[in-house]
Amino acid sequence: MIEFFRLANVFLRIGAMNEMAYRANFWIQTFESLLSMATALATIAIVFNQTDSLGGWQRAELISLLGVYFLVLGTINLVVSPSLGRFMEEVVDGRLDFTLTKPADAQLLVSISEFRIWKILDVILGLIVLSMGLLTKAEATSFASALVFGITLLAAGAIVYSFWIILATLAFWFIRIENITMIFWSMYTAGRWPVTIYPPWLKWILTLLVPVAFAVTVPAQALSGRLTFNTLMSAVLLAVALVFISRWFWKLGVKSYSGASA
Amino acid sequence: MLAQIQYRASGVIWMIGSIIEPVIFLVVWSRVARARGGEVGGYAENEFAAYYIVLMLVNHVTFTWIMHVFQSRIQFGQLSFQLMRPVHPIHEDLSDNVAYKIVQLTVMLPAVIILILIFQPKFNFEMWSLLLAVPAIILALAVRFTLEWTLALVAFWTTRVNAINQSYFAIIMFFSGRVAPMALLPVTIQSIASALPFYYMIAFPVELLLGKLTPAQALTNIVIQLGWLAFALMLLVSLWKVAVKQYSAVGN
Repeated sequence: MIEFFRLANVFLRIGAMNEMAYRANFWIQTFESLLSMATALATIAIVFNQTDSLGGWQRAELISLLGVYFLVLGTINLVVSPSLGRFMEEVVDGRLDFTLTKPADAQLLVSISEFRIWKILDVILGLIVLSMGLLTKAEATSFASALVFGITLLAAGAIVYSFWIILATLAFWFIRIENITMIFWSMYTAGRWPVTIYPPWLKWILTLLVPVAFAVTVPAQALSGRLTFNTLMSAVLLAVALVFISRWFWKLGVKSYSGASA
Repeated sequence: MLAQIQYRASGVIWMIGSIIEPVIFLVVWSRVARARGGEVGGYAENEFAAYYIVLMLVNHVTFTWIMHVFQSRIQFGQLSFQLMRPVHPIHEDLSDNVAYKIVQLTVMLPAVIILILIFQPKFNFEMWSLLLAVPAIILALAVRFTLEWTLALVAFWTTRVNAINQSYFAIIMFFSGRVAPMALLPVTIQSIASALPFYYMIAFPVELLLGKLTPAQALTNIVIQLGWLAFALMLLVSLWKVAVKQYSAVGN
């Protein structure tokens, strides 16, 4: 664990230094984050111009859900997606050899090897919008739901991370895997709305094939106090199971890796 | 066209995004219609299904990806080769675009059939609107293609086109009927939209096919499309002249 924080700190500093060289990027990222948040909020405003509840969700609850959406999105883009994207390239051109010979856990190394620090803006913006939603809601959020929210958010992090590790590990066998991450991004946009509004077939895809339901909807349900005990338990169990499965799968992948050049 | 057929799997994957977006809004608005007693803004639940399935097709026919690729063309110098050819590079882009779409119909049409089976849309096609839809869709493609090609030229002046592209995509989302049919937008946005070209690039052919317009309205809109096309072409020609003049290739 100490090792993790030490390494994460190092890579974070490298990422920060890289970004500092291109300072205008900060303003561009700010603009892009604000724009996509404004677009999403305007969409909610247009829908709620015509109705006062969508599938049982109030406007304020959907705004909180949007906050969770951006929070998770920002976290993925901050470190998971850039690091694993780089890993996939390294498998193709053989640079992975250097990572594997380093005296630290390879899965850990490839998971935090690249930080895009300005994506933290999405995380911050997500938190702001999340709180905005909570504050404008009629009834106050209880301490219990906040606690459950924390648990589901941790589970969401574990599930999304494991999902990406499994996806990335496929790169050991298939070359053009970046395309598959496109499926994740396309599907993830469906998470701006609670998955409960979708027809069953789509709901299942968004729950089992791509973990959008557990990443966004479940934490938002926890916040609005509509989470059942069963869903909470399945989120936690799935998180634990996926962490182990992805670990096992990663080891299997590394074993079959034989370098690209030598 | 052969180049497009090579990468069938990635073709399917790229299409998922353009299928999922209309499906999301289809579901959201059907939910709203149900909550409002079956109808909102003149659209019943199954009409939203029809609207978004037709929109998916029209968007497929009219979309371009030029704004995503133009910057790298300048940055990595492919443009220099294109400039040396005797024809304007827009010809190559247009034929690429049409070829890609014809190939991708093999994904799009099954998707349309599946969505029709799932969502049971209510189509009320009429002969005259089907006939008028042909020029309307072709003009929609022409306007969108010319306008986006012109906008892509911004890459001649800045390497940071992403922020500009993203702003454009946000604007087109709202003003072209993708977030919601025009009738459901607030009145101020509707009147702004009617002064902009985006409605004529996607939503107009969709509404025409759905029988939401009178023949007179449809004809007026086609004339407006022609106007926007003339404007966009003029803009393209004049901007292209300036752009190429100040372009200098990097490399050897």
